[in-house]
Amino acid sequence: MKNQSRWYLFFFMTPILLWLFLLIVLPHIDLLIMSFRMEDDAGDMVWSLGNYLTFFTEPIYWATFARTALYSILVTVLTFVIALPIAFYITHVVSPKLSGFLMLLLLLPFWVSELVRVYGWMILLRESGVLNHFLVQLGILDKPVEMLYTDATMILGLVYTSMLFMVVPLISVLESLDKTLIEAAFDLGANMWIVLLRIIIPHAMPGIVSGSIVVFMLTLGNYLTPNLMGGKNSLWFTEQIYNQFIASFNWNQGSAFGFLLLLLSSLIIWVGLKLSGQTLGKVVK
Amino acid sequence: MIRTLPNSKTYSFSFTLYVVLYFVFLFAPLAVTSILAFNDSQFPALPWNGFSLDWFFADTPSRVGIFHDIRNLDSIMVSAQTAFFVSILATAVGTLGAFLFEQEDFRFKQLLYFLMLLPLVIPGVILGISILLFSNTLGMFFESNFNLDVGLFRPGFWLVVLGQFSFITTFVVLVVSARLKKFDRTLEEAALNLGANRLEVIWFITLKFLRPAIGGAGAVAFLMSFENFNTTLFLVGSQPTLPINLYLQVRDGSTPVINAVSFLLILGTSVLAVVNLYLSNKQSLSKD
Repeated sequence: MKNQSRWYLFFFMTPILLWLFLLIVLPHIDLLIMSFRMEDDAGDMVWSLGNYLTFFTEPIYWATFARTALYSILVTVLTFVIALPIAFYITHVVSPKLSGFLMLLLLLPFWVSELVRVYGWMILLRESGVLNHFLVQLGILDKPVEMLYTDATMILGLVYTSMLFMVVPLISVLESLDKTLIEAAFDLGANMWIVLLRIIIPHAMPGIVSGSIVVFMLTLGNYLTPNLMGGKNSLWFTEQIYNQFIASFNWNQGSAFGFLLLLLSSLIIWVGLKLSGQTLGKVVK
Repeated sequence: MIRTLPNSKTYSFSFTLYVVLYFVFLFAPLAVTSILAFNDSQFPALPWNGFSLDWFFADTPSRVGIFHDIRNLDSIMVSAQTAFFVSILATAVGTLGAFLFEQEDFRFKQLLYFLMLLPLVIPGVILGISILLFSNTLGMFFESNFNLDVGLFRPGFWLVVLGQFSFITTFVVLVVSARLKKFDRTLEEAALNLGANRLEVIWFITLKFLRPAIGGAGAVAFLMSFENFNTTLFLVGSQPTLPINLYLQVRDGSTPVINAVSFLLILGTSVLAVVNLYLSNKQSLSKD
């Protein structure tokens, strides 16, 4: 019996170990090693901090990195501010019958490929786009203007893309909010803002943290939306990684960039978890 | 503020307006994309020139509809094949993983569980480059030591499958584990007492109980693979998947064929989404 149960453990564990070590652990160790290797003047590969030095000495690289990080924070905050009223409406304002339907409607667009969604925004916003057409027809604009390829549209696209990952955790925490607390607060003379700050937000904290972590991480690592909606001015850090790998074929430099992005993303996740006292296992659910 | 309290008219009205605007924001890009797929025009733009199915069925020099567009049809096939292998592999390994973490005890279980969650929080781009690097390292190793040229280690179909598998499996483990947690283990004990061995118990009882979760996870794995962009971007070879192919076309200017493909995708995923939601509702109802 004992031998048999060992056999089952082995049977379950082998594929998992193969998966995690061959596709996750070893590739990332390789990434780390590659980032510390560099060609010297004689053309030989040597150990070096040069790739990281390039990052800190070339302003374009670290500025892009900082810009990506700051914009990702902005996107996270905006997503939260837009999503909170929606989550509250669905869980506590609208009639329960309608709330299931709204929930379905809310999830639907996110099943569709990110590329299709971004493409939709492009044909809405570009110079020959649908929005321009209407604005000119209505006489609000004299001639079409290019609305794509600005930071604002890029942020819009990123907020749109990440919305789901904020709304869903918020809805699931707000569902457990006891509405009698809000009634009591109003009876005792509180106004809407006090209820929001002292009851709703504290109660929603676990959802806010997990939503924010996921949104931040996905925004930081996004390539498609900044590239297509931000155009040449997007200056997103993932594009620097792509350029090093595919355009300049400097894999060592690209590995250093990749590792820095991974470090930043892990750091933010770690800080978020520490601040809220949650574990990774709880957040991903 | 909530439905049990009296609300001022302005408050209710502005809140409803906000929600309506939000849903317009949510659906506007999809609606516009779908509608312009049927516009009788050379460009995916207004004005409206009348209804036309040209961008689906036409096969003339100026207009090639999606059903005659070899390049796009090929990439749809590549994506479907990729998604097929990824969903089968991920569902199989993910289900084994669920058994491992729910029903077995071993040293370093917490550590391995943490490792298993990592693929979800590693940005897809990083996952792509690290797998690209490692496969290249392996390829060079095999070539210089055994003089073997292994195609698997070069960017291409199977590397894309492995890259997508590497993070979609985590998702399957989580979904199947959630269902396995609800399994009444006394059923297993009863079967064992009645003389079944563990393999029979798993095959005839546990897997049967898990079937809806495995099916659902498989469907979502298929969709995640079909639509993946970030990881695939670095691993793709000469056969682009649909998202990569569409990306290249969108970047270099667009024709309404892209709208037609998008419309089909929106239609397909909506049907899948509604079916999946319906099934998971039924599952949670039967559980109560």
